[in-house]
Amino acid sequence: MTLDVSREYDVQPLWLADRKIGWGVPLLLVLTFVVIPLLGNEYWLNAIFVPFLILSLAGIGLNLLTGYAGQTSLGSGGFMAVGAFATFSLVTHVKFISLPPALFLAGLIAGLVGLVFGIPSGRIKGFYLMVSSLAAQFFLEWVFQKFPWFYNYGSSGTISLPRLDIFGFNGGSSIGRYYLTLVIVVALTWVAANLVRSHVGRNWMAIRDMDTAAAVIGIPVDRYKILAFAVSSFYLGIAGALWAFAYLGAASVQSFGIARSFQIIFIIIIGGMGSITGNFIGAAFISLLPLALDYTVQSIFSGHVDAGLLQNIQKAIFGFLIIWFLIKEPDGIARLVKTFGERLSAWPLRF
Amino acid sequence: MNLFIETFIGGLLAGTMYSLVAIGFVLIYKASGVFNFAQGSILLFSALTFVTLKESGIPFVVAVGITIGVLIVGAIAIERLLLRPLANRSPMTLFMATLGLSYIVEGLAQGLMGAQVHPLDLGIEDVPIFIGGVLISQFDVVAAITALVLVAILALLFNKTRIGISLRAVADDTRAALSIGINLNRIWQIVWAVAGIVGLVAGMLWGARQGVQFSLSLVVLKALPVLIIGGFTSIGGAIAGGLIVGAAENLAETYIGPFIGGGITPWFAYFLALAFLYVRPAGLFGELAIERV
Amino acid sequence: MRSFLLKTILAAALAGTTLSVLPAAHSAPGEQYVPLPTYRVGPYASSGTLWWAGERDYFRYINEVEGGIDGVKLAVEEFETEWSPDRTVEVYERIKNGRDGSPVAFFFTHGTPASYALIEKGAADKIPLIDPAGGRTESTDGKVFPYAYPLLFNYYSQASVGINYIAQKEGGFDKLKGKKIVTVYHDSAYGRETQAAVELLAKKYGFENFQIPVADPGSEQSPQWRQVREIKPDWVFLRTWGVSTPVAIKTAARFGVPADRIIGDVWAGSEADVIPAGAAAKGYQALAPYPGGANFEIHERLRKSILDTGKSDLKDPKFFGAVYYNIGLINAVLAVEALRTGHTKFGNRPLNGEEGRWAFEHLEIDDARLKKIGFLGLLQPIKLSPSDHEGGGAARIQQWDGEKWNLVTDWIQADRETLRPLIEAKSAAYAKEHGITPSDAGKTTGKAE
Repeated sequence: MTLDVSREYDVQPLWLADRKIGWGVPLLLVLTFVVIPLLGNEYWLNAIFVPFLILSLAGIGLNLLTGYAGQTSLGSGGFMAVGAFATFSLVTHVKFISLPPALFLAGLIAGLVGLVFGIPSGRIKGFYLMVSSLAAQFFLEWVFQKFPWFYNYGSSGTISLPRLDIFGFNGGSSIGRYYLTLVIVVALTWVAANLVRSHVGRNWMAIRDMDTAAAVIGIPVDRYKILAFAVSSFYLGIAGALWAFAYLGAASVQSFGIARSFQIIFIIIIGGMGSITGNFIGAAFISLLPLALDYTVQSIFSGHVDAGLLQNIQKAIFGFLIIWFLIKEPDGIARLVKTFGERLSAWPLRF
Repeated sequence: MNLFIETFIGGLLAGTMYSLVAIGFVLIYKASGVFNFAQGSILLFSALTFVTLKESGIPFVVAVGITIGVLIVGAIAIERLLLRPLANRSPMTLFMATLGLSYIVEGLAQGLMGAQVHPLDLGIEDVPIFIGGVLISQFDVVAAITALVLVAILALLFNKTRIGISLRAVADDTRAALSIGINLNRIWQIVWAVAGIVGLVAGMLWGARQGVQFSLSLVVLKALPVLIIGGFTSIGGAIAGGLIVGAAENLAETYIGPFIGGGITPWFAYFLALAFLYVRPAGLFGELAIERV
Repeated sequence: MRSFLLKTILAAALAGTTLSVLPAAHSAPGEQYVPLPTYRVGPYASSGTLWWAGERDYFRYINEVEGGIDGVKLAVEEFETEWSPDRTVEVYERIKNGRDGSPVAFFFTHGTPASYALIEKGAADKIPLIDPAGGRTESTDGKVFPYAYPLLFNYYSQASVGINYIAQKEGGFDKLKGKKIVTVYHDSAYGRETQAAVELLAKKYGFENFQIPVADPGSEQSPQWRQVREIKPDWVFLRTWGVSTPVAIKTAARFGVPADRIIGDVWAGSEADVIPAGAAAKGYQALAPYPGGANFEIHERLRKSILDTGKSDLKDPKFFGAVYYNIGLINAVLAVEALRTGHTKFGNRPLNGEEGRWAFEHLEIDDARLKKIGFLGLLQPIKLSPSDHEGGGAARIQQWDGEKWNLVTDWIQADRETLRPLIEAKSAAYAKEHGITPSDAGKTTGKAE
């Protein structure tokens, strides 16, 4: 916060703090838009960065609902499925539509579905709401399994797009998918970051902290809760569509089951609820940790210990790390990093 | 008409199996305020331990005894390593921690005791009993009786023993209980151990029905609607909820299912729970949370 | 903003350290790389661990006792997927370029959902996807699906063999008219795969076809079997998987449907499916393109060199010869024989994906060869071609007696001529949707046929 006292009173700036962007964000953008595609090979782009970005987007979606608005939801997988299947239906049945508008419309459809399932949040709170979000999850899973119209009567129940048509040219290569995902994620992150700093975000946080008080001071609590569900599902829907088409290529309802919902909630818990950058950290953690764990454990024990035991021990270690993080820092790694950053900026003085 | 009665009674009995699982949840939630998602994994772990011991030749009763011992050790470990460091944290954090715990327990169960399916023979024949043209499963009847016996034992425990009354005190008002000198940590260990034993009973019955295998831990997803309808804090509610969910699910699958393609069991119970919540946001027998600013 | 920059730097450093943790190499250039996407964790691990044990034991046998395939050793590597198709896709991306100079000639998908997910990627990367007794049925038509192999026994053949067996038991196809056959299926794409075939056969032979779904996971099936009881069927075709199978058998017994009237499909016919059902499963029959049993010639050989020397991947030797163990053996031998076939054309060296395709499309194992490799009676004679990626289409029927599986028939052939038009209709639809022109038979690198 800089107050320029050298100038006369009547020429003082109206706002007290400059919102400097600094060079952190542009650096990151250059890194992701230019450096990584140049250096990265196909595996890294296809199988590491793209899912990382998509999971971060999903994390942002759930974070808006759970981290900022305080509504616990285990239905993330279902809403991702809505987005994926909606995109598929749009592209298959509306012949001339290109992918980005299809994604946007699919997001809107997912948002609408989220809105409907968010209506109970007016009456139901806490764990009860969480269990009713499971109703959404299981119902949506059933719908996309049961009615062949959704997967265009294909016998395998999977949906896939023959080509990723981005305004005319084919985005199917690994670079194309990477850029598609990156652009969408950057854009939506920017929107989310602004959303949480606006009155919408502040109202959400008020509802999260104490919704009775929020109602008392005049915030239309029910409306904002439903809005949170809608916006969150919009993000989740787009994330789901990207997951199905930009990452996997072909997906079925199985990719969006309850395990996926748990995965996303882990991302926001570990990354940090109520933070935007936390989602990225959490997604990196969740997607890279199994690989790193696998590599470490395999290189130490492989061949000497039964493979089944090894894999199960890894699962146990994963659970243990989750608990450890919760004990050490309930606000997630984002908070840890922030604290560390603040310590560094005060160094060598003690924090 | 016969079909209806049969479906209805069959559903009621099936529902008691769900209640058995739900009771474990209720115990822990009542005493420590934790929604223990790991109950399913603990169920699997205890059933697997029991079956592994029994298959290596150890007699039934001794195997049960050893398993209970393991569960007690587990409860102490959970209390020390999970509940104590996370005391006073938000319910969400605790829930997430139990999610992590479920991974640990599942990993240990399959890692140490293998992934193979084990049959479990409790000596109860799954033969049908005919009462006036209506088919009832003998196994389900035994399960229902077990559930009732369990509830009776728990009721005795809570009302007549010192430990039980302390548990109720802790559930009612933790601070007050602390202030009169009740050892909270000991209480939590006991509750988790009792919940583990309830899980063992449920695991044995479910295992006898479908074999002791990994999917046993998925029964927890069936118990959640039961908890909602019955309320998180009432054992009687768990029974009532179980009966309602079991009957409704069965009837719905038989009468409504064929019109929308069948296979509606995954979500029907949840929608039912949702409907109940609209009318009673804390479940039929649950405590209505009073919100203050 | 300093703290934001610092956050970024820290995050990058964290990412960098984990990024550098790339899996290390495990093979040498002269070896054939065989990646295995496995599942030793989760609900299907009970079947999985036996499956991989069968595969690994056979590959080990080939490497150690026979010195590799024509001298080319196999470098086997496992990757955990927890049966999730998403994770299988990730594994596929990781290994598709081989490892350390050893190329990948084929990819076992080890699960039908994974096959569905990878069909397009396999075609784009030119790596054959091998899914015996599974996969997408229309991929039998190799002209539209050059890189997908539902080897041995696709789902339509399963339906057909089931019906043929019923006809056998009833005393002839004409006796099928008017009979009631109920299919209880797992409510998923897997469970629905056979519906089209059963419908076609019902029209052909005049039996009544009922389809009843069971929702996943299927731990409570009273409503379904009550419905079955109302129908009073002559036969029940069980197309379930996982825990829904033992529950089905038990519930069926409870509702008065005897086990000897129930026929399970390939994935409902293992020990894990019947043991939990206890006494109710006595008499239950299952389709067995992979029979259970440890008395085949190959088992003798493996017993001598792998099992008794303690080199087996099996944790518990009592499962030697279990259905899933034999599934592993058969998967492995199909791959090995295919590679051998490929060597006759490309020389005795590791093969890549395109060469693997030629190898599988020209795979042929007759009775004489089966006898030589020790699989007579265990594996059916098989012959693939560029337009036929199934190659076999037969199964034996095994029956559970409470202790073990007993084979009650010889190889029953599926009615492939009747089913072929159905398959071609579906593959044509797929080709149209995806803009694929069916390739000409035999069109691969360097081949002039």
